[in-house]
Amino acid sequence: MGQRYEAVVIGGGHNGLVNAAYLARGGKRVLVLEQRHLVGGATVTEEIYPGFNYSVFSYVVSLLRPEVVRDLRLPEHGLVILPLESTLTPLPDGDYLYRDGDHHRTRRAIARFSPRDADAYSDYGRTMYFMAKAVKEILGTVPPDPTSLWPGEMGDLTRLARHILGLGSEHAYTLAKMMTMSAADFVAQWFESEPLRATLSASGIIGTFLGPRSPGSAYVLLHHYMGEIDGQFRAWGFAKGGTGGIAEAIASAARAFGAEIRTEAKVAEVIVKNGRARGVVLEDGEEIAAEVVVSSLDPTHTFLNLVEPAQLPVELVEAVQRFNIRGSSAKVNLSLDGVPELACLPGVGRHLAGAISISPDTDYLERAYDDAKYGDFSRRPYVDVVIPSMIDPDMAPPGKHVMSCFVQYAPYELRQGSWDEKRTALGDAVVDTLSEYFPNLRDLILHRQVMTPLDIERVTGLTQGNIFQGELSLSQLFFLRPAAGYAQFRTPIDGYWQCGSGTHPGGGITGAPGRLAALEILGQ
Amino acid sequence: MPLPTPFHGRTAALCESHEWRDWAGYLAAATYEPSHEREYYAIRNAAALIDVSPLFKYDISGSDAERLLNRTLTRDVSGCRVGQVLYSAWCDERGKMVDDGTIWRLEQEHFRLTAAEPNLRWLQDCGRDLEVTVTDTSDELAALALQGPRARRILAEVLTDVDLDRLGYYRLDHGHIRGFPVTVTRTGFTGDLGYELWLAPGHAGQLWDILLSAGSPHGLLPAGMVALDIARIEAGLLLIDVDYVSARHALTEAKMSSPYEAGLGWTVALDKGPFVGRQALADEQARGPTWRLVGLEIDWPALEALYARYDLPPQVAGRPSRQAEPVYDENAVQVGQATSRTFSPILKKYIALATVKSFYAEPGQRLSVELTVEFSRHRAPATVVRLPFFDPPRKRSLPADATEVSEG
Repeated sequence: MGQRYEAVVIGGGHNGLVNAAYLARGGKRVLVLEQRHLVGGATVTEEIYPGFNYSVFSYVVSLLRPEVVRDLRLPEHGLVILPLESTLTPLPDGDYLYRDGDHHRTRRAIARFSPRDADAYSDYGRTMYFMAKAVKEILGTVPPDPTSLWPGEMGDLTRLARHILGLGSEHAYTLAKMMTMSAADFVAQWFESEPLRATLSASGIIGTFLGPRSPGSAYVLLHHYMGEIDGQFRAWGFAKGGTGGIAEAIASAARAFGAEIRTEAKVAEVIVKNGRARGVVLEDGEEIAAEVVVSSLDPTHTFLNLVEPAQLPVELVEAVQRFNIRGSSAKVNLSLDGVPELACLPGVGRHLAGAISISPDTDYLERAYDDAKYGDFSRRPYVDVVIPSMIDPDMAPPGKHVMSCFVQYAPYELRQGSWDEKRTALGDAVVDTLSEYFPNLRDLILHRQVMTPLDIERVTGLTQGNIFQGELSLSQLFFLRPAAGYAQFRTPIDGYWQCGSGTHPGGGITGAPGRLAALEILGQ
Repeated sequence: MPLPTPFHGRTAALCESHEWRDWAGYLAAATYEPSHEREYYAIRNAAALIDVSPLFKYDISGSDAERLLNRTLTRDVSGCRVGQVLYSAWCDERGKMVDDGTIWRLEQEHFRLTAAEPNLRWLQDCGRDLEVTVTDTSDELAALALQGPRARRILAEVLTDVDLDRLGYYRLDHGHIRGFPVTVTRTGFTGDLGYELWLAPGHAGQLWDILLSAGSPHGLLPAGMVALDIARIEAGLLLIDVDYVSARHALTEAKMSSPYEAGLGWTVALDKGPFVGRQALADEQARGPTWRLVGLEIDWPALEALYARYDLPPQVAGRPSRQAEPVYDENAVQVGQATSRTFSPILKKYIALATVKSFYAEPGQRLSVELTVEFSRHRAPATVVRLPFFDPPRKRSLPADATEVSEG
């Protein structure tokens, strides 16, 4: 047996790193073990094609908790979040909907489609402000078990209930609706014009095996709105250097607090003796002893692969087997020889420095889902495009660009064939779809990287390539994430903890599970 | 990215200061000359041209037009005659103000509403079951205010088909200027004699040129937002987002105001039948409003003494302030806030619009306002006074008999 650590964190994704940083800050001697040659997990920037940097998986940030930024002093460790201010929805007929922080310009842009929607837009914004405010409290709370009779947990529950009711009945009702409605129905309460409805609804399907008209998708929409940058709710940004910049900053903070990080160190299993975790064994056989073992991997790995399921209660094993962790998203990254120009807004402009959403109408999104329901990738997918090199010159050589395309839907389980056979076809479907809006795109492509759900799983280890480590459905949230009775970052094995996106409050670059788990481990 | 108004070609050429403000998404000159002073005195001493095109305008027509307005506004519209203009607030269900503006009865079944903010969806939703059409006419109407003691004489020189000597306060008429049609309302945001002219945007430049050349011999100047702001504070007129925040946008209850709290209780007709916010307003009227809008006059000798401590004369003249400052009672307990403050050149007083707890709202009440002098905070003694601060008889009088007509 080698060196002795007080805590070993399995997985160097952003939550693992946050967890390690907090543990180290709390005085623990911590080691992070990452299977790949670089840290970050799905939060990485890689130069796949020379001179061009891809945010290979996750590509924008909003949800990173301000307390994590503050506690870990991430700006001192190089974290820079550049604003991503606009959303453009190009339409097949050559028109477009452009929205940004200019209130009146956005109002006029929406009014071209519906003057009523223009009026409703600020009402919607105000409602979402209160919704984000409602869930902000929940993001920073270890989920109390509602079946518990412990006074402490009952006190937590009462406090949460008081918080929600304190919003006023109007907002409490809206929150209840958000938890149950479909994204399309939710936004239709305010809006009648399709480009706006569809683009807002699209936040409800990202990373999720649900269509915009599936009940439950409104919560996913809220999940994407509850981010906060500099005190501003629902602000989205782009990390300088790509999303890897975030992982680098957190890793640097963790090291500064004294944590050690080892890459190319894949954990084979957790050593459990007499119902207690004692350390880990690496794939090469090396054993590392530790009093505390924290898994930042998803629930499937944490409970079914890293430990013998026989050591766990049957109910938990069954719950984890049933845990909904279907992959439904893909990512296409492009290196471009010049500026991709939109047919609806030719030339270079600030509209290319924001998000470009291929979501012309709700039917379009629902049809994309129809394909996926029966095991095909969407022939005409929803694509969320960002051109990082328009925001950060470090991402590509001058005059050249990288394009990040988030693709929904690409089901992990295909009806026919394998992803190795269909990878090219998926890439083609995305480029074909985008070429309808960017006529010169095809001619600019120098390099194309297609990350199917299978590739996401292979590279990052995320089961089925599910970007949230398990779907954000109501049955898998809060005190049910990842399983009833195990939502407080503990496992049935003493000294074995969980801190990934598969735990509360879920996926996205939040750092919240990593932080909350560390605070529980430290007994704070 | 504010847009140009229909007058922009003219106003931009005259805007020496190059200082523009964003008014509802349109460019509005803050001042034309580097200082606002001459523009202010034009309003009070001669006449001023003010581009007010950014106002939102809605045309409401149909057999239920009156019903829709009575259902939405706090004012009773049924008594409004054709050719009359009313001022009103409108509220949400909690009786908190959403916006305020004027309502004109153009025809028996045709009204026009001016508003500071977009209200189309709200009006349409309130009238869903009614025989009424609500149309946004904001972009179809340019609007120019001609305000000041010489306004009537200047306008009479160019306007035909309207007898200005008989056009009373808060009345409207339709006439022509060099052949193109203009609607004239005797309204404004200055609390002075004045008119607002409404016309097709295509004639905006022409109207500007005609009024400027007719008005110049009378001392007419174009005036910007700074001069207008001083005038409207003197006139005790509320500004949305400054003196109150629309209940539709406010994130906290404290920022909202009911008409009773905002000094607009006189626009609330509780007995006219159901309207949005009626129950809440009836309850509020029964128990009395918690807050009230008041005028504050800051004691000049005390101000002098305060500045004298730093060996300075009082430095309050200049631009009005929209920075809200705390208002205190005699025990230095905060009892409200002053939301608009200005030195009034015509009254030679430092005045403020303030919202204070009702207990402190009686005229003569002694209070104090926070004031920063040379980086130090002080409390300047002030007295509650009735609004408006400045209310010349010419605002509402007619030249023929000089009798006052009823409030708009």
